[in-house]
Amino acid sequence: MMLLLFLLSVLPADAARISDVTETSALEQAVRFFTFRDPSLRLALAGSLLLGVSCGLLGAFLVVRRMALVGDTLSHAVLPGVALGFLWNMTKDPLAIFTGACVAGLLGTMVVGWITRTTKLKEDAALGLVLAVFFGAGLVLMGMIQRLPMASKSGLDKCLFGQAAALGGGDVKLMAVTTAATILLLSVFYKEFLVASFDVAFARTIGMPVRLLHGALMMLLAAAVVVALQAVGVMLVSAMLITPAATAYLLTDRMHRMLVLSALFGLCSGAMGAFFSFLGSNLPTGPCMVLAASALFAGAFLFAPRHGLVVRWWRRRSRNLQVARENTLKAIFHVIEAGGFSREGVALEELAARRRCTVDEAQREVLALVADRLATMDKARRVVHATPEGWRKAQAMVRNHRLWELYLTNRANFRADHVHDDAEEMEHLLDEETVRLLERRLDFPERDPHGREIPKVIGGGGGER
Amino acid sequence: MIPPFDWQRVVVAPWTDGLPTYGWVVLMGFLVALACGLIGNFLVLRRMALVGDAISHSILPGIAVAFLLSKSRGTIVMFSGALVAGLVTTVLIEFIHRRTRVKQDAAIGIVFSTLFAFGVLLISMFAGQVDLDADCVLYGELGLVGMEPYAMIGGVEIAPQPVLTMGIVCLLVVALIFFFYKELLVSSFDPALATSLGMRPGVVHHALMAALSVVVVGAFRAVGAILVIAMLILPGATAYLLVSRLPRMLLLSVIHAALSAVAGLHLGVWLDCSIGAAMVVAGAALFTLAWLRVLLGRRLVGSPPEPEGTSMIGG
Repeated sequence: MMLLLFLLSVLPADAARISDVTETSALEQAVRFFTFRDPSLRLALAGSLLLGVSCGLLGAFLVVRRMALVGDTLSHAVLPGVALGFLWNMTKDPLAIFTGACVAGLLGTMVVGWITRTTKLKEDAALGLVLAVFFGAGLVLMGMIQRLPMASKSGLDKCLFGQAAALGGGDVKLMAVTTAATILLLSVFYKEFLVASFDVAFARTIGMPVRLLHGALMMLLAAAVVVALQAVGVMLVSAMLITPAATAYLLTDRMHRMLVLSALFGLCSGAMGAFFSFLGSNLPTGPCMVLAASALFAGAFLFAPRHGLVVRWWRRRSRNLQVARENTLKAIFHVIEAGGFSREGVALEELAARRRCTVDEAQREVLALVADRLATMDKARRVVHATPEGWRKAQAMVRNHRLWELYLTNRANFRADHVHDDAEEMEHLLDEETVRLLERRLDFPERDPHGREIPKVIGGGGGER
Repeated sequence: MIPPFDWQRVVVAPWTDGLPTYGWVVLMGFLVALACGLIGNFLVLRRMALVGDAISHSILPGIAVAFLLSKSRGTIVMFSGALVAGLVTTVLIEFIHRRTRVKQDAAIGIVFSTLFAFGVLLISMFAGQVDLDADCVLYGELGLVGMEPYAMIGGVEIAPQPVLTMGIVCLLVVALIFFFYKELLVSSFDPALATSLGMRPGVVHHALMAALSVVVVGAFRAVGAILVIAMLILPGATAYLLVSRLPRMLLLSVIHAALSAVAGLHLGVWLDCSIGAAMVVAGAALFTLAWLRVLLGRRLVGSPPEPEGTSMIGG
């Protein structure tokens, strides 16, 4: 924020297009970007950052309220307002356009509500209808403006796909004001917005003005969308509302963290969009920003610590490996137990017979154990010995299994021949604390329901996770 | 700013002197609205109106990539690019929606905006090579349809190429609805029943999405990406307000398409604006009439609106 304030304070009033200089290489462009020499570039960047913050903050509320596409409808519905604001006094007066667009956007959301309340049409149809019809009306008006014989209309067409370079000082000031207002309102009424977003019924019972809050949110949203138009364009401003917020939603469960993250992602996408648009020297800014935001989303989608696709896959894989290792150890225990604990080595053939697999597969499983120092093999790779650590784990698995079987038969009244499969799964999940609890509940038993001894484990070592 | 309403120029001329041009325009407008409207009925009924929104945006990169890869602007290339893009969109939406806790509405928003942004970027980067520009994405070229080269069959000039293509698309849609009427009907209203009857609603869903992509790419070049949504939703929504039987709904949406094409032509000629946008405004006026009838009818009778899910099956 300090940087932004600094940037704003040094902005000159008038600015040339940043894309005017096109004969430079990408590297020179990058250098120009990062040295902030260009006044118009400073304006464009400040605008992109501001819009990223305000859209990110408001988008978070849209996403948790499942109103993501309301943002889409609202952003398309402002178009006739933009045109009417221009027609008001035939200049690109930011304030007139802002007012017109806000009114049109709010009218659009009101018509959606009205249609869904008074007819049997569902919300999706009403949203699509308002979106397209308002946009069509906007295009008709824009077409009329294009044919007006005057010069001041230039730049109005930029509001469809966005060109941050076309931002003027007045636009950026308006953006700063709306962003500040958004931050202020959201931080003062944070609790009210939070409750009204997650539990409308509760909010109503404690006497909150739910409809007023909804209206205020829509108002802020309309303002944010309208000021973002010049930079991202009507077509894609909804993405700046939805994508950063959805990215934040993948990463956290807390609304305040989501708001911060969402604003941060909006900020990043704004900066990246401005940068790439500048690098390519004539690319529209909106698509660049949206693609940057989508790249962030894809990153979170794949690598989020808890919900990420790759992370979940990796977690499942390492759990499966863990279970496989523990099952091999258990099989070693069973073979030795069947021999009355009279020897220590287990031949691979015996292990394979026990695991009902081929000798090769058994060897592969044992090699995985050897890699984890849970077992050793002789030089000929035929006989397996568990290490002390491996033996403890094997004992713990068998103990967990038999304890759970006993618990199910004694406490949950399962039949003794119905408990094995359940115990096969539970043995890997029980931790030391639960095992202690089971032992106490079952009065420190010696034998499982099938009459086999429950091994004692010296030195702990339950199913690790 | 509003041109004076000149009866001769606005109402008579398009049907007399201007007929060789405007005849094709109004026919094209009707065909677009017809194909969109028929498919749109099912979107409205299945509460998938916004999937139509998503597909109409996301076929843009499909078209652009198909063009850049093949360097041709042939109809088949365009349609296959759009088809692939449309199916990718539905699959991606479902993937994000299923695999994360992001809800469906947000998933729709993310997917189509990403693809659309990618398409716009492609077009602006290869602006010299792609015969599409940002204006076409928005406005379409319905007004110019009469000037397109004519398609020749057996040495006879039949119709402008886009009109012919759209006509074929319309025939396909009508055939699809005619032959799979029962499947569409049952799976739209009661997917569980459709499954138990062995109709596989998943296949119906994807087939509908494929048909939607084909229709949208045909309509897209005529009226632009956003107005396609209006073409998809308006006829179905208007009909849905007035009747509660699927056959009547389909019939009404055909009438809506014809009326909005003709009214849009006159409005567009009068205001000298994009005829596609004018068609949407005209269609919206028809919707408003239907809506007023619902509002007034309820006030006169004093009864609440019909309960949800009034059975259309058995009709």
